[in-house]
Amino acid sequence: MSYSDQQLARKSWQYRRRLLEIIKHAGAGHTGGSLSCLDILNVLYNRVLNVALETFAHPHRDRYVQSKGHSVEALFVVLADKGFFPESELDTLCQYQSHFVGHPTRKVPGVEQNTGALGHGLPISVGIALAGKMDDAPYRVFTLLGDGELAEGSNWEAALAAAHYRLDNLTAIVDCNTLQITGHTRDVMNHEPLAEKFAAFGWAVRHANGHDFAELSDALSAPLERNKPGVVIADTTKGKGVSFMENVAKWHHGVPNDEEYAKALAEIDAALAECGVTR
Amino acid sequence: MSAPAPSMFSAEAQQTAARLGLKMGRPNLEVFADALLELARADRNVITVTSDSRGSGKLTAFGQALPNQIVEMGIAEQNLVGVAAGLASAGKNVFAVSPACFLTARALEQIKNDVAYSDNPVTLVGISAGVSYGALGTTHHSLHDFAALRAINNLTIIAPADNFETRAAVEFAAAAQQPVYLRFGKAPLYDLPASEFVCGRARVVREGTDVAFIASGETVIHAMLAAQWLAEQHGIQSRVLSMATIKPLDAAAVLACANECRAVITVEEHMVYGGLGEACAGVIAQSGSGIRFKFAGIPDEYTVTGSQADIFRHYGISMEGLVETALKLMTLE
Repeated sequence: MSYSDQQLARKSWQYRRRLLEIIKHAGAGHTGGSLSCLDILNVLYNRVLNVALETFAHPHRDRYVQSKGHSVEALFVVLADKGFFPESELDTLCQYQSHFVGHPTRKVPGVEQNTGALGHGLPISVGIALAGKMDDAPYRVFTLLGDGELAEGSNWEAALAAAHYRLDNLTAIVDCNTLQITGHTRDVMNHEPLAEKFAAFGWAVRHANGHDFAELSDALSAPLERNKPGVVIADTTKGKGVSFMENVAKWHHGVPNDEEYAKALAEIDAALAECGVTR
Repeated sequence: MSAPAPSMFSAEAQQTAARLGLKMGRPNLEVFADALLELARADRNVITVTSDSRGSGKLTAFGQALPNQIVEMGIAEQNLVGVAAGLASAGKNVFAVSPACFLTARALEQIKNDVAYSDNPVTLVGISAGVSYGALGTTHHSLHDFAALRAINNLTIIAPADNFETRAAVEFAAAAQQPVYLRFGKAPLYDLPASEFVCGRARVVREGTDVAFIASGETVIHAMLAAQWLAEQHGIQSRVLSMATIKPLDAAAVLACANECRAVITVEEHMVYGGLGEACAGVIAQSGSGIRFKFAGIPDEYTVTGSQADIFRHYGISMEGLVETALKLMTLE
């Protein structure tokens, strides 16, 4: 099934609503970063990746490794929508004895790798992509990195290796929301100029608006360049879609109080109504 | 070629080995490399990943014979382990080979998360382990690896004692669909009396009921020689266990030592904190058994400068040192 941009927009608002519900219910969650990468996951799972519950063990499935594991709520909400597990299970997030840990775990169907410590997704993805090259397998490997995460040196070890082995079946996406716990990424540890860095490492680089479905689809639907790993630098807004959370570092792992929660849901419901969805 | 390292064995120890009829074997590291090459020739899914370590891992022949089955990561151990995990998750039978000192410290988080927690069945191969690098010093010693890795769930830890155990351990790891850490030194060692290797089970290489030596890796032969010396010179009959599998530990074999022998000495090429000795002590203490007990190993200090043989002798991990420890323990009031 293929979705129009309009349909994806509607899905993103539905995902946002569900994401806030489960974070509020759990009393924990990485709200800001989950909201910044949600449109990217929407495009990946609804337009790009050939993954499904029934074929998840297939060696030729595409791989998605979420290196910025803390934005797990976005991943869980999208996986539920894709039918990997019953939607209602999300209500157990972070609860006693739940499989739904506060970072990605393979206990949850649809999750490729256990992540959460930063700087791990890219090396693992390089390994999966290398195996694909060895086997001449048709799958592609995608990994989502946070921009704050790029201070981890292991990313750059993997960046060297990906270019060295010409892994054009590998695409990294940087969720460039420019904020991390302490504040602006440029103040905490500047990684700019980012495109030039990746290019100097031998990667094909593309910029995209991380909330524009057409731009994201265009950047992700095919490898950027033959014989080079690709990186899509997605400019995003931390806390996207909830006015008072946007571009505010404290929402990195903030849980809204009752008043904030009601306000956030009202904004989302208004947006959904504009998409023709009424509750 | 570098000059041969000074013998691990004193003249008395060599004579003792001769009386036991033990034959000098090859360095375990070379046996590992041969076994891995054989496995890889038979199965193109067997992949070796190195961090500029194919020479030190004796894998030059592997690289020449099977260039498509060896992946070079450069001097980047974190990436070595992360990539190995990715390869394993995509169905490859991966051996990640790097000096134990770097592999198990620099890449500890990758071992914990990408291999063990994500259950990617990588075989991590720590080469030139313990104090194999001798006078190169502390940066190149791995005296922490048992302690660090024992505290990680879902990781089997094996330190083979001789060529037989080395080959068996490599074959076990290749067949196992689980994370494994193999630890090898590079000194030529005597082969122990042949018997069976089973992962998770102690290998009893000598029977006795006075002193029990529970040893691992390259220290087992020294315990074996000490046992022979104690029997010949003092009429003390020692049991010697090669506890190749540090985890899961063969608790039953440890308890049998505690229940059937008069004293227990653990021997390891590792700091005495968190290694084989404390693992055995934990089993014995929790069983309610009380027994004369000593750790032989490296104390909480940066080692003296010297070859592996010098360091073993300095800290009593030699035939002579272990005999002395045993005699003191047996005559304790």
